[in-house]
Amino acid sequence: MLQDKDRIFTNLYGVHDWRLAGARARGDWSNTKALLDLGRDKIIEEVKASGLRGRGGAGFPTGLKWSFMPKQSDGRPHYLIVNADEGEPGTCKDRDLMRHDPHKLLEGCLIAGFAMGAHACYIYIRGEFIREAEHLEAAIAEANDAGLLGKNACGSGWQYDIYVHRGAGAYICGEEMALIESLEGKKGQPRLKPPFPANMGVWGSPTTVNNVESIAVVPTILRRGGAWFAGFGRERNTGTKVFCISGHVNNPCNVEEEMGIPLRELIEKHAGGVQGGWDNLLAIIPGGSSVRMLPRSICDTVLMDFDALAAEGSGLGTAAVIVMDKSTDIVAAIARLSKFYMHESCGQCTPCREGTGWMWRVMERLAKGDAHVEEIDLLLNVASQVEGHTICAHGDASAWPIQGLMRHFRPEVERRLLEKQRATSASQAA
Amino acid sequence: MIVQKTAPPDQQPSAFAFSSENQEKAKAIIARYPDGRQASAIMPLFDLAQRQHDGWLPTAAMDYIANMLGVPRMRAYEVATFYSMYNLAPIGKYLVRVCTTTPCELRGSNEVVAACREALGIDFNQTTSDGMFTFREVECLGACVNAPVVWIGDDYYEDVDADAMRKIVADLRAGTTPLPGSQKGRQTSAPINGLTTLKEQSV
Repeated sequence: MLQDKDRIFTNLYGVHDWRLAGARARGDWSNTKALLDLGRDKIIEEVKASGLRGRGGAGFPTGLKWSFMPKQSDGRPHYLIVNADEGEPGTCKDRDLMRHDPHKLLEGCLIAGFAMGAHACYIYIRGEFIREAEHLEAAIAEANDAGLLGKNACGSGWQYDIYVHRGAGAYICGEEMALIESLEGKKGQPRLKPPFPANMGVWGSPTTVNNVESIAVVPTILRRGGAWFAGFGRERNTGTKVFCISGHVNNPCNVEEEMGIPLRELIEKHAGGVQGGWDNLLAIIPGGSSVRMLPRSICDTVLMDFDALAAEGSGLGTAAVIVMDKSTDIVAAIARLSKFYMHESCGQCTPCREGTGWMWRVMERLAKGDAHVEEIDLLLNVASQVEGHTICAHGDASAWPIQGLMRHFRPEVERRLLEKQRATSASQAA
Repeated sequence: MIVQKTAPPDQQPSAFAFSSENQEKAKAIIARYPDGRQASAIMPLFDLAQRQHDGWLPTAAMDYIANMLGVPRMRAYEVATFYSMYNLAPIGKYLVRVCTTTPCELRGSNEVVAACREALGIDFNQTTSDGMFTFREVECLGACVNAPVVWIGDDYYEDVDADAMRKIVADLRAGTTPLPGSQKGRQTSAPINGLTTLKEQSV
């Protein structure tokens, strides 16, 4: 188990002061100038050495992403955008990082922005996080007043400004291209890639979009060294990670742990175990609603990291663990997610706009037992036609929960349908 | 997908303008974006307008802001109808939004919805006859380890059950604002029965 001395987010629960004085007492902003003096290449090298992979869901290596930014500006400004549009069902880690440790994020923004030649950073925070945005705004004002940001950030000679941009209630804006469109003042409909943001992002300028947690861990990685961070977890799956444990556990909570902690240990140590005991476990969605669920048999042994979960046909995603015990109506639970994806489809691509609603309607009937067994294959067929046929991953994300359900619980779905059919025909005969 | 509809003409004010205080705020908001990119300010300005106008965004405000930013009115309508946080018709004094997405549903949001429905005497997307409450179902609010979550005004009420929901409504009716955050009294997102990490932390 990770020791407290190796935890990055030491004010995760907001027990202590989140303002500048408190942040300084926890070591933030202590030698930022020295970190910047390492220079762009060395900073990126160190982040690469840490093995940090993006914490927003896709798990793309962060240092590598930064290295895609042009080395020299061609006259266009560079931008860092922090994706704080946290909305993946099950996920609520960035909220805590922003309201309880905003300065860690701001310091990370400065270092990351400097490493990619940016003078400005926009934090795109979901509109519902009103209090969290207020904390960020207040922290930015404190940092500006203290000379940590602004014309000569931390005395480095580098000008750096951070702005908060609030969303207005659209899950899709967590997709980086939709986020960029939204930041430009438009509907949040994803753009085709290429061109990639590093070539042409917001306002036609080179842009990198990173998750809150990916940026907020950077100052500590630089202070303690990439090798320190890489010392946790397994190869290609390194570091510490904030997990969100929700659903049928005794003590739902957020917790920072070592990457690769066994799923069972994570739940039993920090969340007080599954309600009714581990044997009462039905299934777990390990990485936010978009990844495929795992049945109990896999949950017994699986490790919580990118590669271990991918090997089970699921994913680490945002590390939001949604636990479902045996009282769960598993079909209804997934049908509710289908409704979510329908509601949040931006409507741009036909397979997603039409398919998400169609899949939800079939899922609702399956949940009620009001369908034919053959419709399961039809549903999977349609899901596979939505998956991979849209501009962004929303189509995929709408298909995966259904595929996960059918992979592991198809007999339960069929049993329900046949039972209803028998009951109907019996009542007709009588 | 969702597309919101604007309020019928008989509910729309004929004109809208920012108060002088909000004009200053609008200037500061526009200044956050690079020169020539003032269109980016449309979302924060809509929010500002909505707050000035009893919590909803009339068409006249969309036109006013489109004009202010030099963007076509059609684009302003596109933005206003796309995002779920813009209320395009009059709402009650308190907008009560209950999350029912799976993590909340697993923790009992259906009971919270039932309690709220009963306490308010209205269904989703309706407003009480006294104009006090509008009731809505919303998708994931991003506070899932504190489920079920209810969002009222600018605050989240967390770890809500049916009793807590009834009490929140009763308090608001009585003119007092209930304390936001966990309704079970726990420290934000920490385990309810005591810390498992960061126990020794002093600052």
